[in-house]
Parts: sequence; C-alpha cells; structure tokens
Amino acid sequence: MNLTVNGVAHEVSGSELAPLLDVLREELGSMGAKAGCHQGGCGSCTVLVDGEPRRSCLLPAGYADGTQITTVEGLGAPEDLMPIQQAFVHYYAAQCGFCTSGMMLAAQAYLDRGGTDDPEAIQHALAGHVCRCTGYSKIIDAVAATARGDSFDLTTTAVGKHTTMANGGPE
Amino acid sequence: MAVASVASDAATEILMPGSEDEAIAAFGDGTEVVVVGGGTIVVPDMTYRRLRPAKALMLGNAGLSGIETDGSRVTIGAMTPVQALVDLKAPLGPCASNVADLEIRSQGTVGGNLCAGEGYEAPRGDLQGAFLALGATARSAAEGDVTEEPLEDFLAKRRERLLLSVSFDEPAAGAFAGLDRPHTHDYTALAVSGARAHDGTLRLAATGAGSWGARLPSAEAAAGDPAAAGEAALQDVTPHDDALASAWYRTKVLPVLVRRVLAELKESA
Repeated sequence: MNLTVNGVAHEVSGSELAPLLDVLREELGSMGAKAGCHQGGCGSCTVLVDGEPRRSCLLPAGYADGTQITTVEGLGAPEDLMPIQQAFVHYYAAQCGFCTSGMMLAAQAYLDRGGTDDPEAIQHALAGHVCRCTGYSKIIDAVAATARGDSFDLTTTAVGKHTTMANGGPE
Repeated sequence: MAVASVASDAATEILMPGSEDEAIAAFGDGTEVVVVGGGTIVVPDMTYRRLRPAKALMLGNAGLSGIETDGSRVTIGAMTPVQALVDLKAPLGPCASNVADLEIRSQGTVGGNLCAGEGYEAPRGDLQGAFLALGATARSAAEGDVTEEPLEDFLAKRRERLLLSVSFDEPAAGAFAGLDRPHTHDYTALAVSGARAHDGTLRLAATGAGSWGARLPSAEAAAGDPAAAGEAALQDVTPHDDALASAWYRTKVLPVLVRRVLAELKESA
C-alpha cells in the first residue's frame, strides 16, 4: 500500500484491513492522530483523507491506498501556525489536548467546505467529536472566528470572552 | 492502553475485487466470508476481537458505489456512502441524516447499513425502514446467481447473499419521523418512514422496533385515521428493551411517530 502522509510517501505492508490509525501510529510513528476509543465514538483519531475527515480507527488502511493523508502535523508548524491553530491558541480551545487534533482537522475540513461562523453549523460539523474537558464553547468560538477571518494576537488569549454566548456568557 | 493492531496477527485472508463480477466470484456461497463495506462495523469488531473472519471481502474497489436515476427509478449501489443520500427527498434523506456523524456517514455504506448484523446493545440498520417504505428491491448474489427481490425478502437472508444494489421508484410523497438521538453516535432507537407511491399505495415501516426494519401493514390499512393507525402499528412489531430505549417507551412513542409521518404525508399531498 502506498500512503502519503503530510506529503511524504510511504510504502506500507501488512493487512489492508488494519485500521489506518494503527498503521499511522505503530508502523509510521505518526502520533498526531490520537487513539481514544478505537471504535469510532470519540473523534480523536480523525485525519483528512484527500481533504475529507475520516475516522482513522474505522478506515481500513487498504482504502487509504494512494490517497493523501493529513494529520495534525500536516497543519502549520509551531512557528507558522494556520489560522485554525492560532484560533485554538487564542481562544484557549485546547485544554487537555486529546481531542484537539481531531477537532482541528474536522474544523479545517469544515472551513475548506466554505463553512460559516454559524455556531449550529459548526456544532453539526463537529458532532462526532467528544471533548471530555467539555470545552465546547471555546472550540466553537475558535472555529467561528477562523471562519470570519479574524486575526489573532497570540500574545494574549480570549479566555473569558465568549463571542458566541451573546445571551449572558461570562465576560 | 494500546490495542494491538490487527495487522500484526492477521490470519484473515483479504479479498479485494476490482469489479462487480469479481466481487460475486470472490463471495462465492458466502461461507466464512465477512463482507466489508466502509469498514465502520467490521474494523472495530476486529480491533476488539469480537470478529476474526477467515476471509474478508473488501468491496472498496468493486465499483458498486453511485446513485443512478432512470426515469422515476432510482438505483443505489451497495457501496454508496450513507452521506450521499442526505439530500434526497424524504424518507431517505432525513433518515440518512439521522445516521451517526459526518465522518461515519461518509465512510459507512448503504449496503453495510442494510446488511449489518444486530448490534450488541441496539439494533442496527438505520436505513432499513426508509427503504422498506419505498418498496425497494434488492439485487444480490450468491453462488454466482444474481437475483432481484423485495428488500423484505432479502433482509431475512442478508447474511447469506452479497448485496449489490437497491432500487425503488421515486415516491409521490415521503415522510420520516424519528426519536432524537441523545448522541450522534447512537443507532436509531426508533424511527418511522412513510411513502406514497404514484399509484396511491401507502407504505409505512419502522426501524428500531425489532431485530430489523419492519413494514407496518396494520397501520397502513388504518391510515385514514392517524390515531387508529398509530395504535394499529403495535400489532405489527414487538418493541424490545435495549440500551437505547425500553420496550415500554418504544410502545408509547411508535404511535406518535406513525401519526407524525401520516400528517407529513397528508401535508405534502
């Protein structure tokens, strides 16, 4: 199987039915996709396959043969963060961080589809992603701000300022 | 908490046919073959060792995906992703939207959803009711023999045959009503689909009121009186207890969903 991960081509042997997640983490040492529930229920292993979000724990590696796979490492490098990453920093949208790579990749795919800052649409797009720190409102704020094209000063954060909680959110 | 890779102890023979004919040949009589559509059910079942198939028939390259329309006849390939149905008219569109989340709908297939075995904690087969309400037929193969038959007949033997496609005539009107899911990853706890064909035939079917989707003929016969039809539906199925809902709850809600579907069908008449 030929898997291109973040632009680097890999020749992979093994079962076509092995979950892509296992191939990424155990054979290729790519740790950005997190192994949470290993049965599609948490979203933390989400990667982009030819730009579309997929659960890598459910996707047989053979079905990813010949595709372009993007993990969180394929977004911006630390010194050159993409807007969605900057927004996650600015809005403090990552707490423990375990769901963050899946959240950001699904959010990036949503933005690439032309997604807007409508909180309901964002919720719908991220519905399969579980944040057990329950930091959902900040995550939705971060995605909405990115959709609006906001720019972020990463020396400060927006902690406490809930832009989507117009009705009584804490200031 | 590492879960060992299935790749490391793969005793499963992988079959990856490149066409429908090759898929039919590879399936053979189906003995010891586990069919893999998108993989959303089989892959985690293997990860957790609930399933260790001798042979896995992976259909991803078999060319069985796509929606074709010929006049009013719609044919949906077994490997079509569930997500491809969400913009179709009711009952199919809203029923498909009610399946899992975007990522899983995009990977899970119509064939996998229709043919899934019963779940461990809840019935699977969210789409069964919608296709039954549409009077769909199933084209399937076993031992090289390809037949097309009513979906109801196929569902009873869905483990013994390889589903290739489902077809139906566009209805004059359609409707769908389901219980809201507590979480997007829940299977359909209970849903009712309805469709009126151009010749006036009304079909109603439920998902989540038994081991698999079921037509509601008593409710159909009483459709002129929605309240009576709702109660009559309880003669057609035996609601069960599972992790998603109790039999009692299903018994209370099924008549409501039948009434909603009939009201929606009446509005669109």
